[in-house]
Amino acid sequence: MNRQNIQFLLGLVAAALLVFLGVRALGGGYYQLVAFYILQYVVLATAWNILGGYGGYVNFGSAGFFAIGAYSTVFFNKFLGIQALRMIDLGLFSISAPFIPYLVVPAAVVAGAFFAGLVGLGMGYLTLRLRGVFFAIATLALAVVAQTVVLNWSFVGGARGAYVIKPTAVAGFGSATEFVLVAMIVIAMISIWVARTIERNKLGVGLLAIRDDEDSAECAGVPTLRLKLQATTISGALMGAAGAVFPFFVTYVDPIGAFNLVHTVNSIAMPLIGGMTHWSGPVIGAVLLGGVQQYFGSKNIITPELSLLFVGALMMIFVALAPNGILGLWQRLTARWRK
Amino acid sequence: MDFETIINLLVNAIVSGILLGGFYAAVSIGISISFGMLDIANIAHPAMIMLGSFCAFAMNDQLGLDPLISMCLLAPLFGLMGVVIYRAYYGLFESREKDPRRGLAFFFGLLFVTDVALILIFGVDLRGVDSAYVEKMIDIGFVGIPVRLLIPFFIGVLLVLVLHLFLTRSYFGLSVAAVAQEQIGLRLMGVDPIRVKRIAFGISAATAALAGAALIIIQPVEPAMGREYIGRVFAVCVLGGMGSMSGTLLAAILLGVAESVTATFIGPSWAPAVAFGLLLLTLGVRPAGLLGRR
Repeated sequence: MNRQNIQFLLGLVAAALLVFLGVRALGGGYYQLVAFYILQYVVLATAWNILGGYGGYVNFGSAGFFAIGAYSTVFFNKFLGIQALRMIDLGLFSISAPFIPYLVVPAAVVAGAFFAGLVGLGMGYLTLRLRGVFFAIATLALAVVAQTVVLNWSFVGGARGAYVIKPTAVAGFGSATEFVLVAMIVIAMISIWVARTIERNKLGVGLLAIRDDEDSAECAGVPTLRLKLQATTISGALMGAAGAVFPFFVTYVDPIGAFNLVHTVNSIAMPLIGGMTHWSGPVIGAVLLGGVQQYFGSKNIITPELSLLFVGALMMIFVALAPNGILGLWQRLTARWRK
Repeated sequence: MDFETIINLLVNAIVSGILLGGFYAAVSIGISISFGMLDIANIAHPAMIMLGSFCAFAMNDQLGLDPLISMCLLAPLFGLMGVVIYRAYYGLFESREKDPRRGLAFFFGLLFVTDVALILIFGVDLRGVDSAYVEKMIDIGFVGIPVRLLIPFFIGVLLVLVLHLFLTRSYFGLSVAAVAQEQIGLRLMGVDPIRVKRIAFGISAATAALAGAALIIIQPVEPAMGREYIGRVFAVCVLGGMGSMSGTLLAAILLGVAESVTATFIGPSWAPAVAFGLLLLTLGVRPAGLLGRR
C-alpha cells in the first residue's frame, strides 16, 4: 500500500470516528436516525455510481437490490431463529447474548451482499450484451418482480411485512441501535474505499472507456463484458449490504418500505447532483439530499411527498443544466479563479 | 377440479387474456413508436398513462363526462404535451451529446415527478368511474365477456390498425420509420428529421391519453399502478420487435393471455411477474423479438 492509500484510509477512519462521536455527543436518538439515513444513501449512491457513473450503465433497480439485502436478513432471521437466540454453544467455548450481534450482523451483511451481487451478475449476463437502455429497463422491471415474489412469499411476511427483533444489549455499545449504526458507518466507509480503488484501477479505467465508446473499447482489447459484469456484481453487492443492515435498525420490514421507488430515485439523483466522475460526488449528493430530506421531514415544514417532488425536480434541473453535478460546477468555478 | 372445470376456466382465461392483450397493445403502442422507432427510451410513458387515467377520472367526477368522450378530448392535449416534452428533450439532451444516461435520468425524473404529483393531488386511494356499461357482461355459452374489457380491446386494435396504415401508407409515416436509421437521407429528401420526431413523439404521447382512459374503464386506478406497466410496455415492445405495429399487437395478446392464465391458475398476485419473465426471456433468447429482423 502506498502513502496516498494509507492517508486515505486514515481519513476514512477519522471520518467514521467523527460521525460516531458526533452522533454520541448530540445525544443519539434522532441523530442516530439521521446519520443512518444519510449513510445508507452514501452506500446506495456510491454503489450506483460504480456502474452508472464510471461505466455509463443506468441502474433503475437500486430499490430491488436494497430489498434483496433486507429480505435476506429477514429470511435468515426466520430460518435460523436468530431472534430467540440467547447463546451460541460452539463446544470449546460459547458466545453469550451481548456478543451474538457481533456474529449475526456481519453475517447478515455478507449474506445480503452475496445474494444481491448474485442477482446483479445474473441481470448483467442477460442484458449487458445488448444496448445499455435494455439493461436500464430490465433493472426497472427487476424491482417489480422481486417485489411480486416477496409479496407472495408468506415465509418472509408477504404483504404484511416481518419483524426483526433488535438485540437487547450489545457488549461495548450504549445501545443496540448504536451498534447497528456503526455497522452502517463501516459499510459506508468500505463502499467509498471500494469506489476509490476501482476508480484508480484497471476496472475503473476500463469502465470509463466503455462509457465513452464501448465499441472502440472492445476493439482496443478492453474485456467489456467481464468488466461490466464485475461492476454490476460489486454495485449490487454493496446495495445488498446496505439493505441487510436496514431491518436491524428499523426492526420492521414490509415490501412497500423495502422496495420503495424513493431508494431508486435517491440513489440516482445523488450521484447526478453531486457529480459522477469522482468517488466524492455521490457522497456530497447523499449528504446534501439526505440531509435536506431529513431536515424537512423533522421540522414538518413540508410533507414527505413534497420533499420527494423536490428531489425529482432537482434531479431533472441538474441533469439538464449541470451535467457534471456540484463537482463539475466547482471545477468550473475554480478554473475561472485560476485565470 | 375436474376436467370440465379446468377447460371452462382455461377458455375463459384465454378469452379475457386476448381482450386484455388488446388493451396492452393500446398501452404499449406509444412505447413502440417512441422507443422502437424514434430511439427515445421514454420510461415516463406509463406515468403519462396514469396521468391520462386521472384526467379521465377528474372529468368524470367533475363534469360527468364518460371516459370514452374524455379520451377524445384528452388525446390532442396529450399530443401537444408530447411535442413540448420532445422539444425540451431535444434541446437539452439529444442535440447536445450522445450520453444516453442523461436522457434516461430526465425521463425517470419525469416519471417520478408525475407519480408524486398525482399522489399529492389525488391521494393513494383507488379512483374509478361509474358508467352504465362497466358492470355489463355478454355471455356466449359458458364464456363471459365483460364489456369493460371489450371496449379497451377495440380501442387497442383500432389504434394498432390506424397507426399501422398511417406508418406504412403515408409519406410522413414512412419518414417516421426512417428517422432513427437514416437522418441524412431524410434531409436529402427534404424532410426535417427533428420535426418528424417531434410529431411522432406527440402521437406516442396522445396514445397515452387513450390508454389511460381505457385503463380506468377496466379497473379503478391509483398513482403507483403505473410501475406495473413499465415491465409490460417494454416487454411488449421488445417482444413485438421494436416498433413493428402488428408485432406489438401480437406480443400484447401473448402477454395478456399469459398473464390471464397465470392469474387464473396460480394467483392474480403473480401476474406482474409474467411480463418481466417474458422480457428477460426475450432479451436472453431472441432480442430481435417475434417479428423483428435480425
